[in-house]
Amino acid sequence: MSEFFQQLVNGITWGSVYALIALGYTMVYGILRLINFAHGDVYMLGAFFGYFVARALGATQEPGLLGALLVLLAAMAGCGAVGFVIERFAYKPVRRSSRLAALITAIGVSLLLENGGILVFGADPKFFPQIIPSRNLSLGGGVTISNQQIIILSVSLVLMVGLRFIVLHTRVGKAMRAVSYNHTAAALMGISVDRIVTFTFVLGSVLAAAAGVLVGLQNPKIEPLMGIMPGLKAFVAAVLGGIGNIPGAVLGGLVMGITEVMVVGYLSPSYRDAIAFVLLIIILLVRPAGLLGKYSAEKV
Amino acid sequence: MKRIAWGPVAKLVAVVAVLYALNALLPRLLNPYILRVVMLCGISVILAVSLNLINGFTGQFSIGHAGFMAIGAYSSATFSLQAGANWVRALEAAGTPTGIAQGAVLLAGLLLGGTVAAIAGYLVGLPSLRLRGDYLAIVTLGFGEIIRVLITNIDAVGAARGLPGIPAWTNVFWVGLVVVGVTVFSFHLARSTHGRALFAIRDDEVAAEALGVPTTSYKVLAFIIGSFFAGVAGALFAHYNAYLHPNSFTFLKSIEIIAMVVLGGMGSISGAILAAVILTLLPEVLRFAQELRMVLYSLMLIVLMITRPQGLLGAKEISLRWFTRTRPARAAR
Amino acid sequence: MTSRTYTVATLRTIASVLLVVLGCSKPANDVLIVGEYGSLTGNDATFGQSTKEGIEVAWDELKAEKANQIGGFTVDVRAEDDQGRAEEAATVVQKLVNQDRAIAVLGEVASSRSLAAAPICQAAGVPMITPSSTNPRVTQVGDFVFRMCFLDDFQGRAMARFTAENLGIKSVAVLKDVKSDYSVGLAQYFTDNFTALGGTVVVEQSYSAGDQDFRAQLTAIKARSPQAIVIPGYYTEAGLIGRQARELGITVPLIGGDGWESEQLLQIGGDALNGCYYTNHWALDAPDPRLQEFLKKYRARYGKDPDAIGGLAYDAARVLFQTLEQLAAEDPQTFQGLSSRKANTPERQAATKKLRDLIAATRNFPGVSGTITLDENRNASKPAVVIEVKDGKKVYNTSIQP
Repeated sequence: MSEFFQQLVNGITWGSVYALIALGYTMVYGILRLINFAHGDVYMLGAFFGYFVARALGATQEPGLLGALLVLLAAMAGCGAVGFVIERFAYKPVRRSSRLAALITAIGVSLLLENGGILVFGADPKFFPQIIPSRNLSLGGGVTISNQQIIILSVSLVLMVGLRFIVLHTRVGKAMRAVSYNHTAAALMGISVDRIVTFTFVLGSVLAAAAGVLVGLQNPKIEPLMGIMPGLKAFVAAVLGGIGNIPGAVLGGLVMGITEVMVVGYLSPSYRDAIAFVLLIIILLVRPAGLLGKYSAEKV
Repeated sequence: MKRIAWGPVAKLVAVVAVLYALNALLPRLLNPYILRVVMLCGISVILAVSLNLINGFTGQFSIGHAGFMAIGAYSSATFSLQAGANWVRALEAAGTPTGIAQGAVLLAGLLLGGTVAAIAGYLVGLPSLRLRGDYLAIVTLGFGEIIRVLITNIDAVGAARGLPGIPAWTNVFWVGLVVVGVTVFSFHLARSTHGRALFAIRDDEVAAEALGVPTTSYKVLAFIIGSFFAGVAGALFAHYNAYLHPNSFTFLKSIEIIAMVVLGGMGSISGAILAAVILTLLPEVLRFAQELRMVLYSLMLIVLMITRPQGLLGAKEISLRWFTRTRPARAAR
Repeated sequence: MTSRTYTVATLRTIASVLLVVLGCSKPANDVLIVGEYGSLTGNDATFGQSTKEGIEVAWDELKAEKANQIGGFTVDVRAEDDQGRAEEAATVVQKLVNQDRAIAVLGEVASSRSLAAAPICQAAGVPMITPSSTNPRVTQVGDFVFRMCFLDDFQGRAMARFTAENLGIKSVAVLKDVKSDYSVGLAQYFTDNFTALGGTVVVEQSYSAGDQDFRAQLTAIKARSPQAIVIPGYYTEAGLIGRQARELGITVPLIGGDGWESEQLLQIGGDALNGCYYTNHWALDAPDPRLQEFLKKYRARYGKDPDAIGGLAYDAARVLFQTLEQLAAEDPQTFQGLSSRKANTPERQAATKKLRDLIAATRNFPGVSGTITLDENRNASKPAVVIEVKDGKKVYNTSIQP
C-alpha cells in the first residue's frame, strides 16, 4: 500500500510538471488554434538557460533558495524572449495560411530548436547544478517525499494561481479570453490581436521554462532532445483536460502524470511513451472535448 | 499522325519489359552507392505518393505514415523469414529459375505487407473520422508512435536489437514496378469519380457531406489505400536493407515523408515524385555539411511554409504541354 | 515566377545534382582514404561523437609524429553521419566503400548499425573495425570484420563472477535499458552466468534510454529487497538511477558494465554512486603511461575526459594505422595498391586482403583500453577491470581475466 502512495506522490509531482507545460499549449491553442510543437523544446531551453545561469552564478558554491529563484527567473526571462522570437518570425507569417502550413512550421521550429541545441550545446547530456541539495522527508507509512518534489509542487501551484489571476482578473487576461473567442470581434473591440498573441506566447514559454528548471533541479541530466516526449505528453494532457481550457490543462497534467507512473510501476515501463497516446486516443474517442471542455458545434 | 491505340495490356507489357531491362543494366552501369541512392529514391517516391493520397487528395492530416511503413516492413520480413525462404527453395527445386522464384515470393510478401498495413490503416482511419485537422494529426502521430513502441517491445521481431537476416530480394525491377503502379493508380484515381469525391472532401467536408458524398467511407478508403502502399514500400525497404530496426520508423521519418508531399504541393502527384527525389538526393549532396544538415532541413521547412506553402507545383501536375507550349500572346487589357 | 519556370529550374537543379553525385572524381595524388561512420546526430549522438573524438586524437598523433604520412601516402579520415539509423549506416558505408573507395572503415558503436554495414564491407573486401559493438553476430558476418572490445558474454560473466564471488551477493535485481541491444544482451549474459553460479535474480525491471524518472521501477525493486541492483546500461541513465535510488532509501550497491564509463557519471550521480562497481576496459588512475598520455591529449583537445567508447575508438584507429605502417614496411609493393589512385584495380583488392590478414594477426597491441589480441573470431580478448566508486572517485578494484 505504501508503494501505491509513493507512486501517487511521484505521479502528482510529474503531473504538475506536465501541467505547467500543458498550460502553454492550451493557451496558444485557445488563441490561435495552433499546436505549438516547439513548446516542448522551449521547456528544454528553459532547463539549459537555467544550467548556464546557475553555472555562471557559481550557484554550486552557494546553494540555496535565493540562487534557485534567480536561476528560475533568468530562465523564464530567456524563454520568454525565445517565445517572442518564434512567434514573430515563424508563426506570425503563417497565421493566415492553412492549418497544415502552420503545423508544419511548428514542426520545423521544433526540429530547429532540437538540432540547433545539439549543435550549440553538444549532444552529450549536461549535469544541472545541485542548487538545492536533495533531502528526504518521510510522510509516514514508508512514503517519502523529497524537498525538491515539494518545491516543484509549490512553485507550480504558485505559477498556476498567478496565471489564473492574470487570465480572470486583469485586462490583459480579458483580452486573451476575447481573442480566443473570436479574433475579428476582439479586433473590432479595439484589442490589438497581434500583441495579445505575442503576450500569450511569452506567457506560455515562461511557464515552460519554469517547468524546465524545476525538472532540472530534480533530475539533473539535461540534453537537447529532452523536450520531445514531455512536450508530446503535455499536449496530450492539455487535450485530456479540454484544449483551450486552463483548469483543464492542470487536471489533464495531473491525470497524465499519475497514470503514467502507475502504468510504469504496475504494468511495464517499456510502454511509458505509448501510454500518453493510448490515453489520447481513448479520450478523443470517448469525449473529444476533454474532461472539462465544452463541445462546440461546427458552424458553417 | 496516326495514333497507335495502346491497350492497357500492351502498356503493362511495355513497362515490364523496360523495367526488366533497367534491372539488368543499372547494376552494371552504376556503382553500388549510386544504385542504392536510386533505390532509396524509388522507395521514397512510393511513400510520398501514397501519403499524397491521404493528405493531398483527401486533406486529412496524417503524420504517422512511418507506422504503416513499419507494419508492412515487419510483417513481410517475418513472412519471408518464417515461410518465404522455404517457398523459394521449393520453387527452385521444382525447376523455377532463381530470379523468378524470389520475385514471386517477394510479390507475395509485398502484398502481405501492404494488406496488413491496410488493415492497420482501416483501424486508424475509423476512429479518427470524428476528428478534424490538428486533432487528427496528433492521433495519427500517436498511432505511429504506438506502433513503434509496440515493435520495440515484441521480442519475436527482435525488439530493440533489430531484425537481421531478411533475404535481400528487392531490386530495380520491383521498386520500379511499384513506383509505376502507385503513380498510375493515383493518376487514374484523380480523374475518377472517387477522386472527385476525395477532392470534394478536401475542399469542404461539410459541403461534400451535404451534397451526398459519403465522407466517412471515402476518408477510410483514403487511409486504407495510402497505408497499403506505405506497407508495400516498407516491405521493399525491409528486403533491400536485409535488416530492420525500430529506429528507422520514428516520428522523424513521418515528417520526412510529409515534407516531400508538402514540398511537392499537396495534391500533386508529380510534385510528390519530384520532391521525394529532391529530398532523398539532398542529404547525399550536402554530406559535407552533415552536422548542419538537420538544422538546414528544419529551416527549409519553415521558410517553405512562410514563402510558398503550396509547394513547388501547388495542386498542378507536370505536363508535357509545358515544354511544347509557345508563349501565348498577352490579352489586351 | 510561373509554374513552368519553377519546373525548369527544378529540373535543372536535379540535373546538376545528379551530375555532382554521379561524377565521382579520384584524387590526383596518393591518399590513404580511411572511412569512419557513426551517429553524429540523432538520439545516440553522444556516442558517435565520442567515437569521432577518439579517432581524431589518434589522427592528431599521426599528424604530429609522422606528418600524416604512412608509407609515403597522406592519410585522410572521412567521417560520415548515419543519424543513428541502420539504413543510413548502410548508405554511408556504401558511399565510403564504393564511392570514396576507402581502404578500411572504422565504426560503429551500436551493433544494429554495425550489422547493417558489415556485409557491405565484407562484400567489397574492405576491412571494417568496430571499436565498441558488442553483439557477437557482427564479427560473424565475415573475415573482414574486426572488433576492438570484449564481447558481452565475457563481460556478463565477469560481472556475475565479481558479484557472486568478490562481493558474495546472492540475490540481485536487474534494471536494463530495453531500447539498447547492448543492455539487453549484457543483462541476459549476466543473468545466465549469475544463476549458474548459484545466485538469483529476484526481479527484472526495464527503462528506455532517455527516460528521466525511474522511481516507479525503483519502488518496485525496493519492495523485493535485493542485495544489489545490476544496471547494465549507459552512464546517461545510470547516474540518475543511482540518485533516485538513494532518494527512495535504497542503500544496496549498484553494479554496472562498461557503458557506465564517462566523466559525466559522477557528475550526474554524485555521492549516490559511492560503494558502486562497474566493469570497464581501463582504470583512469592506472599508472599505464600510454593511457595517461592519451588522457592528456584528449583533455587538451576536448576539455573533458574520454568515455569508454572514445578510448576504444582511439585504439581502433591506432591499430589500423600501425597495421598500415607494418604493411608499408613489410610489403611496399602490395602497399601501393592502397593508394587512392589505384581504386578499382586488382592491386587494391590484393592490398586490402593483405591488410586484413595483418589486422587479423594483431597480438598484444598496447592499447589504452587494454592489451589487444585478436582471437580466431577476430574479437579482442582482454581482461575486464572492475572500478569501484569510493568517496566520489573512481578507483581500480580488481581485474577479471577472460
